[in-house]
Amino acid sequence: MNIQNTNLGQAWLVILLSVIFGISLAGVQAALGPKIEENKLKETLAKVPVVILGQKAADDLAAKGENLNIKPNTVSIDNKGVKKFYTVYRADFKNGTTAGWVAKTYGQGYADKVEMLIGMDFDIKHVTGIFILDQKETPGLGNKIVEESWRSQFSNKPTDTPFNVVKQGKVGINEIDAVSGATISSKVVTKLVNQTISDLKLKIVETHGRASLLFNSDEKSNEKGGK
Amino acid sequence: MADQPTASERFIQGILPENPVYRQLLGLCSTLAVTNGMKSAITMACSVAFVLVCANVVISLIRSLLKPHLRIVVFTLTIATFVTIADRLLAAYLYQMSKTLGPYIPLIIVNCIIICRCEVCASKQSVFIAASDALGQSIGFGLALSSIAVIREILGTGSLFGIHILPSAWPDWVIMVLPPGAFLTLGLLLGFINWLGMRKSGGRGI
Repeated sequence: MNIQNTNLGQAWLVILLSVIFGISLAGVQAALGPKIEENKLKETLAKVPVVILGQKAADDLAAKGENLNIKPNTVSIDNKGVKKFYTVYRADFKNGTTAGWVAKTYGQGYADKVEMLIGMDFDIKHVTGIFILDQKETPGLGNKIVEESWRSQFSNKPTDTPFNVVKQGKVGINEIDAVSGATISSKVVTKLVNQTISDLKLKIVETHGRASLLFNSDEKSNEKGGK
Repeated sequence: MADQPTASERFIQGILPENPVYRQLLGLCSTLAVTNGMKSAITMACSVAFVLVCANVVISLIRSLLKPHLRIVVFTLTIATFVTIADRLLAAYLYQMSKTLGPYIPLIIVNCIIICRCEVCASKQSVFIAASDALGQSIGFGLALSSIAVIREILGTGSLFGIHILPSAWPDWVIMVLPPGAFLTLGLLLGFINWLGMRKSGGRGI
């Protein structure tokens, strides 16, 4: 049999190229991955004061040179045997009082992973703001979730009622207007917010009294953050 | 292969006579999407240039090994690899820009300009010709993007490269930075360039 006519004879180039390209991409990722992670971390830390205090108050504070003291912690949640990890940033004012908490979370969006920050006040009574770190939702529709005008619907809302997405004309408490044409993306973000609050609320409130004690003890190993 | 264009012909052709946007009407998705500012337009043009040159060179190097019915798979594989590299490079060194461009960088994979050049030139001609072809087409694409971005950014925000250049009395035409502005600008420029071409050829059309 002629080797030219076998499957391998036909496809060897495709296979060989896949392997070569795969290895080179792995190399690129290995070289650039840490740098990209560092960029993300930098952005997260820059956004923590903004999601807690709002842009203006955060700018004012930065202008006065009184930046919040931000400490990353990993909080593990044991939900019916399934372990889940959150990176939670605690932001303290210069005088030591806690300004609020920012949790980092992610979930499957319409197109790809949606990664976001959720800011909460010090006793987790209110959501102070949200920020979308990474998303690849449909341009022109789903990617409007990054816009301030849509995100601000979550700002300063109580955490005791779950958020609920409505198509248009929100009336009730904690109802969120969906981005028109992007109900799925809107629901993903809302679900992530609800999930994070229900996972973290008790945990943080419970431990808040002795928060500094508890968190300081496992701070060192958590610089990179959990999943 | 006597009738195939030479390297310099390929290079010149790509810039104006066969401009990918204005003549071939290829790559219009990114043309419309990222031209609301010069910075994003230039970044996009550079990313496409990187992918186009690398893909053309690689395809040209392996052109004698290509099987006709498997060539598109090989093109796509090669393009996707270089697009991923470009995407990672941007995320590492131009993080904010990579966020602004969002999904449009990964979408270079489906930019027809690149697969078209692989098919038309790189799979048939030598590395040097393929590289000059890629460079010419990239410059043509860059010129097209910048021509639209200049108009949209100046009229839409009164600035260029983010620096204010028009007097502050200028009422920013917000529509120019929104998607309709892209269609309007591209349509008018396309019409203008066709009109120029028609005048040159004595009104006989092109």
